[in-house]
Amino acid sequence: MKRVSFVVLASLGLAHVAAGADGLAAWNKIYSVLTNPRCINCHTATNYPQQGDDRHRHFANVVRGPQDKGVAALNCASCHQERNAESTGVPGGHNWHLAPLSMRWQDVNDRPLSSAEVCRSVSLHKVGLLTHHEEEPLVLWAWKPGRRTDGAMRTLPPMTHAEFVEATRVWIKAGAPCP
Amino acid sequence: MSMTTFRLTVNGDRKEVSVDGSTPLLWVLREDLELTGTKYGCGIGACGACTVHLGGVGTRSCLVPVSLIGDRPILTIEGMRKDPVGRIVQDAWVDKDVVQCGYCQSGQIMSVVALLKSNRKPTDTNIEESMGGNLCRCGTYVRIREAIKAAAERLG
Repeated sequence: MKRVSFVVLASLGLAHVAAGADGLAAWNKIYSVLTNPRCINCHTATNYPQQGDDRHRHFANVVRGPQDKGVAALNCASCHQERNAESTGVPGGHNWHLAPLSMRWQDVNDRPLSSAEVCRSVSLHKVGLLTHHEEEPLVLWAWKPGRRTDGAMRTLPPMTHAEFVEATRVWIKAGAPCP
Repeated sequence: MSMTTFRLTVNGDRKEVSVDGSTPLLWVLREDLELTGTKYGCGIGACGACTVHLGGVGTRSCLVPVSLIGDRPILTIEGMRKDPVGRIVQDAWVDKDVVQCGYCQSGQIMSVVALLKSNRKPTDTNIEESMGGNLCRCGTYVRIREAIKAAAERLG
């Protein structure tokens, strides 16, 4: 009887370890997307967004503002419309704005936070996260970012949107483990 | 290039233009509607000279294709005299003798009106942040700030 119990418990333990490993692997995929310029440029810790693959400070002295949408006369909607403006190279999407400081994925020197730090931050928001990753227009925008001002297409995150959503699903199902 | 007819509300008037949908609003205003008070400066949204109000939001008209405007009303410097806040700002501009060459000033005034409609008592920081995207090569910034404060005082 004792032997049977041991085997069952060991199996459960191994399953738990396997789920954790799957969860961590899924998290690594998620982290690679979150730290992609299409995402992290608006998850800053500073008073401004970034732009471009080199993540330079947004031009025209744009600042975060009290509601993460810029300030009067110089808010996000001063340039960013509901859709990408292909002829002028300005990206657009519904309710264009910076992520709140509670979801910053960088330090104040514009360096991406470690995988563990971002994971801890994201795990605080895991309720509704799957829906956010599946449906939020600004998340979806990352896979349809349009043309740059020089006419070239903006680069994309390192996996498809479907793979990103699946990784999120696996990570949450595994208990949202962090490195 | 394919021409499409767009119906726009500009300074309260209904207008109809037939242009390529990718044409920036700035050029529709200047070339098709002959409202040349809105200026071309940099063409990349960095100088603020082309600022108009689109649906009440201060907007860089050089960056917005006409196809993305929809039914949002457009207010340009030509319509600002009819706007109660705009009138007060323009009066303050004259009183403080803000203008030097004048090229950037319609954009400056459009941004100031957007600021004062949102914040009747702007601090120096508010002014710097809101006006940071409007450049003046003549360096009239000190007089611009004085005029903003004078207009804010009149607005109470």
